[in-house]
Amino acid sequence: MKTLLKKLTETPSPSGYESAIREVIRAEISSLSSDIKVDALGNLIVTIGKKTDKGKKVMVDAHMDEIGFMVSHVEKNGLVRFSNLGTLLPRYMSGGRVKFLNGVRGIVNCDRTEEHHTIPTLEKHYIDVGAGSDKDCPVSIGSVGVFDEPFVDLGKRVAAKALDNRASCAVLIETMRRISSTPHELVFVFSAQEETQTRGATTAAYAIEPDLSIAVDTTPSLDILGVKMQVDLGKGPAIKLRDTGMLADPKVVAWMEKTAKKAKIPYQLEVLDVGTTNARAIQVSKAGMPSGVLSIPCRHVHSPSEIVDMDDLQNAADLLTALLCDRIDLS
Amino acid sequence: MTSQTSQALRINKVQLSLLEELTNANGVSGDESEVREIIRKKVAPFADEIKVDAMGNLLVIKHAQTPGAMRVMVDAHMDEVGFMIVDQDGDGLFEFVQVGGGDERQFISKAVVVGRQKLPGVIGYKPIHLTEKKERDQRISMESLRIDLGPAGKDQAKRGDFVAYATRFRCSGDTIFAKALDDRLGCATLIELLKTVPQNIEFLASFSTQEEIGLRGAKVAAYDFEPQVVIAVDSTPAYDFSRPDGSENTQYNCKLRGGPAIYLADRGTLSDPRLVRFITNVAEEKKIPYQYRQPGGGGTNAGALHLTRGGIPAVSISIPGRYAHSAVMIASVSDWQNTLQLLHDALANLSPAVLEEERP
Amino acid sequence: MENIIPFLLSLISEPGLSGFEEPVRRKIADQWTPLVDELSVSPLGSLHGLRKAASSDPSPSLMIATHMDAIGLMAKLIEDGLIYITKIGGVDPRILPGQQVTVHGKRDLPGIVQMLPDRLLDEDQKGKAPAFERLFVDTGLEHKDLIKLVRPGDLISFAQTPIELNGKHIAGHSLDNRASVAALTVCLEEIRNFNLAWNVLAVATTREEISLGGAKTSAYGLRPDLAIVVDVTFAKGPGTNDYRTFPLGGGPSIGTGSDNHPALTREFISLAEEMDMPHDIEAMPENSGTDGMVLPVTANGIPTVVLGLPLRYMHTSVEMAAINDIERIGRLLARFITQLKTDSMTTLFEEENV
Repeated sequence: MKTLLKKLTETPSPSGYESAIREVIRAEISSLSSDIKVDALGNLIVTIGKKTDKGKKVMVDAHMDEIGFMVSHVEKNGLVRFSNLGTLLPRYMSGGRVKFLNGVRGIVNCDRTEEHHTIPTLEKHYIDVGAGSDKDCPVSIGSVGVFDEPFVDLGKRVAAKALDNRASCAVLIETMRRISSTPHELVFVFSAQEETQTRGATTAAYAIEPDLSIAVDTTPSLDILGVKMQVDLGKGPAIKLRDTGMLADPKVVAWMEKTAKKAKIPYQLEVLDVGTTNARAIQVSKAGMPSGVLSIPCRHVHSPSEIVDMDDLQNAADLLTALLCDRIDLS
Repeated sequence: MTSQTSQALRINKVQLSLLEELTNANGVSGDESEVREIIRKKVAPFADEIKVDAMGNLLVIKHAQTPGAMRVMVDAHMDEVGFMIVDQDGDGLFEFVQVGGGDERQFISKAVVVGRQKLPGVIGYKPIHLTEKKERDQRISMESLRIDLGPAGKDQAKRGDFVAYATRFRCSGDTIFAKALDDRLGCATLIELLKTVPQNIEFLASFSTQEEIGLRGAKVAAYDFEPQVVIAVDSTPAYDFSRPDGSENTQYNCKLRGGPAIYLADRGTLSDPRLVRFITNVAEEKKIPYQYRQPGGGGTNAGALHLTRGGIPAVSISIPGRYAHSAVMIASVSDWQNTLQLLHDALANLSPAVLEEERP
Repeated sequence: MENIIPFLLSLISEPGLSGFEEPVRRKIADQWTPLVDELSVSPLGSLHGLRKAASSDPSPSLMIATHMDAIGLMAKLIEDGLIYITKIGGVDPRILPGQQVTVHGKRDLPGIVQMLPDRLLDEDQKGKAPAFERLFVDTGLEHKDLIKLVRPGDLISFAQTPIELNGKHIAGHSLDNRASVAALTVCLEEIRNFNLAWNVLAVATTREEISLGGAKTSAYGLRPDLAIVVDVTFAKGPGTNDYRTFPLGGGPSIGTGSDNHPALTREFISLAEEMDMPHDIEAMPENSGTDGMVLPVTANGIPTVVLGLPLRYMHTSVEMAAINDIERIGRLLARFITQLKTDSMTTLFEEENV
C-alpha cells in the first residue's frame, strides 16, 4: 500500500479541482467495476455487488480532495496573494513549498508585523514564484495550488501532505480489491469538496439513497495542545462515537466493534472535540440512515507533513473488508 | 464556439424606472411581499408559468420553443437587510435589532420606514453639545439606539414589524444611488432577461427570499425546478479604494466600472470551472468588459442552489456595488448594462456541450 | 383531560441524550399508543405518531415537532480513576461543578462532576472559570475497577430528580424539551374524540440539540403540508429580562420572522385571542434556533411556525416551567387542528398567493 499511498498523496487536487486525483483513483479501480460515474460536483462513484435479499445498499465514502489555495491577486512586485480552499492554518504556512496545478512552484512567507511572536493571518501571507512583476508572473487570479512535499518512508510510518484523506482513499481501494463476494450493493464514493463544508458527500448521498453509510477519514492524534486525546498511531483504526457534527448510530458502532473483535482486528474508540467528517452530511440526507465513521489516526493534520502508521491502514482495510463482505446485523 | 448573434441590450429609462420602483419598495428578509408583487406584475406578460412557493419565492417559467432544451435556472434574491422592531419604550420610541448583517456604525441619523403600514420614523442620536470628548471616541452601541415614530407613534408599531431605510432612488449620469441594490439589481436584470430570453432554453427564473439570513429561499427554489445549470445574479462589494498608507490594495474584491464580476470561489461555492470558462469565452468573443471577483469570503444563493438534490453545476455573476448593507448603495449603469448583456449572450450560447466533459 | 404531570415527571426522569433517545422514546410511545392510529420510528430514531383524518380520501397532513432529546455529557477518556468529559449539545461548563450525574457504563453508576482543587494548580490557573478540559466525573471507584465498567463514548446524564414547586411549576433537567412533548400529548388527548379533516403527525424528534437531524429527516420522509414546532423559549428571570424573554406562566410565544410563515403567525395570534389565552410575539429576525430552522427549507418547502414554552434556566439541571403553559399550548394546538378544513391550504395562504 505504500506505493499506492505515495502516488495518491503526490497528486495535486484541492477542493473543487479534483480531476487529477480522480483519474489516478479511476485507473486503480476501473477493472473492479463496470458501474463508474462522475456526478455534477465531480464525485467518483463506483458500485460493486448487487443487493440480495438480506443485503443492504451501503455507501462507503472517502473524500479525495485536499486543502489548498486559490490566487486572489498578483501584486505589482510579482508576489502572489491567495485565499484558502479548506482550512489552511497560518502556523503551517511560512517557509513551506507549494505547487500550482499548472506546474508552477513557489514558496510561502508572510509580511513582517509589529508583533514578531504572533503568526499573522492568511491575508498577510504571500507566495513567491520568483516573478519580477505582475507582468511576467506565470499564475493569475483563480490559479489553484497545494502544498508541495514529497512522500517520505519512515519505516512503519510515513510522512506526506494530503494523508488527509488519501490514506482513506488507499484503504478504500485496497478494500475494493479484496472484496470477492458480498450480499450488498456497495457504493464507494471518492467524494469532492469535503474540506470546504462536506459538499460532495451531501449531493452524492442524495442521489445514492443508501440504507447505511460509513465514512472513512483521518482523525487528529495526540498533537493538539491542551486537549486530551485518546486516539494514537499504531493502535488500529478508530471507531468514531462522536465529533462536533454528528453522533454515530449506536447500532453501527456495535456492528463495527463486534466485527473487529470477531476478526481479531485491533481498534480504538474515538470521541472527538474538534472537527467533523462527511458523515455529518450523509447521516441526515433525505429521510436519514444509520451512519458511522472509521477513522485513520493521523498526526499533524492539515500540515504539509502529516504522519500515519501503515499497520493502521492495513487494519482499517481488513476491518472494512470484513464489514462489507458479511451479513450486516444492526440489532 | 459561440455562434449565436444576439441583440444589444440597453439600460435606459424603462429599466431605470423599474429599478427605481424595486429599490424604493421594502422587502426585509422575512417579508418580501411588496417586492414580490411588483415583480409579479412585471413578469406576468412574459411568463408561461408563475407560482409562489412555501418560502415565498416567486418562481417563473418561460418554456423553450425547441424540444429537449436545457433547463437553465437564474436566481436573484428579493430581500434586503434591515431591522425588526422588538420592544417599545413608550413615547413613540421602539427598540430594534438587525435582520441580516450590517455595520452598526451605519445606522445612526437615518430616516426609516416601519411595517407594512409604512410609517415614517428616524434613528436619531443625542446632540453633539451634550456629549463629552471621551464619549465621542467610542462607538455608539446599537442597544442604545431607538427608532422614533414621534410621540404620537405609541403603539403604532409592534414587535415583529420590519423596518427599511427610507432612501429614495436617484440616478446621476452613470451613477445609481439607492438602497437594496443588493439584490434589486439582480431582480431587475432577471426581469429584463425574461423579456429577451432565447428560445432554445427552458428558462427557470427564481426571485428568492431570505438570502441575507442564510440563503433560505434558495434552499427550496431549485428543488422544484430541477435545473441542469444554475446562475445566481447578485451584487458584490467594490472595495477598490487606495490604501491610506499608499501600499497596493490586494483586497479590492472587485472594481466599480470593471464590468460584471464572475465568481471563481467564495465561502459557499466553488464555481463550476466549465461554466467560468464558458462565460469568460462569451465575454471575450462579444467584447464585453468583465472581471473576476476575488476568491475569499462572502457568498451568493449559489451556495444553496448547487447542493440541491444530486448537485447542480453553478456559477455566480454579480454587478459591482459600493456600501452594501447600508442606507445608500452606489452602482454603475454601465456595469449593469454589461452584466445584462453578458448574461443574455451566455444564455443564447448555452448548450449541453458546455457540460459535456467531467468537472475538472 | 388526564393530568399530564405524572407523565412529564416520568419523562424528565429518563435519560435520552441526543443520539441515544431510546429510553425516553419508549415512554412516549407507551403514552401515545392509545392516542394515535399508527406509531413508527424513523431511521434516525424519531417517533412518528399518526392520527388519521376521518375521510378515506387523501387528506392534507400537519406535522407537529417537539424534540425529545436532551443535552448531557459523554466520557472522553479515563485517567487516574477520573472520567474526562465532553458535551453533547450546548452545555455551559460553568454549571457543572458539583453536579450529580449518572454514568451509563456497563451499569449505571452515580458520579459527581468536579475539578481539581486550586492548591494543586499553577498560579495563573487558580480561580479560573470551569472549562471542559479541566472537568471530570468522580465515581469514587479506583481506576482498575472503573475501566472495567466505563469506556470512552459512554453517556453521562444529569441525575437531578424532578422538583414540584407549589403545585404550579416543575423544575428539573430535560424540561427542554420534554415539557413540549407533554404539551403535544395534551393536544393529542384533547383531539382524541374529534373527527379530523387533516392527518396529524405528532413527531418526537431526535438530535435537535446537536444537528436538528431528526426533524430534517422526519420532514423529508413525511412531507407534511404544514408544520408546527413547539420548543422551549427563554422565560424572564434573574439576568434575563429583555425582548427575548417571556413571563413564566404568561402563556405561549408565537414566532414571527425568518422560519415563521406570516400566514401561520397571524392564524395562531388570532386563535390565541379567540381563546382569551395570554400569549406573546417572539421576534425571530434571523432564525428560531429550533427544529423550525430545517422544516421550512425541506424539499420544496413547508410553511412552518414556531411556538415557545417559557422556561427558566434553560440548559441547566434545574430548568423551570409552568404547568399552565404546558396545558395552554396543548389546547392551542388542539384548537388549530380542529379548525382545519380540507381547503385550509388555500384559505390560510390567500393573502400571499393572490
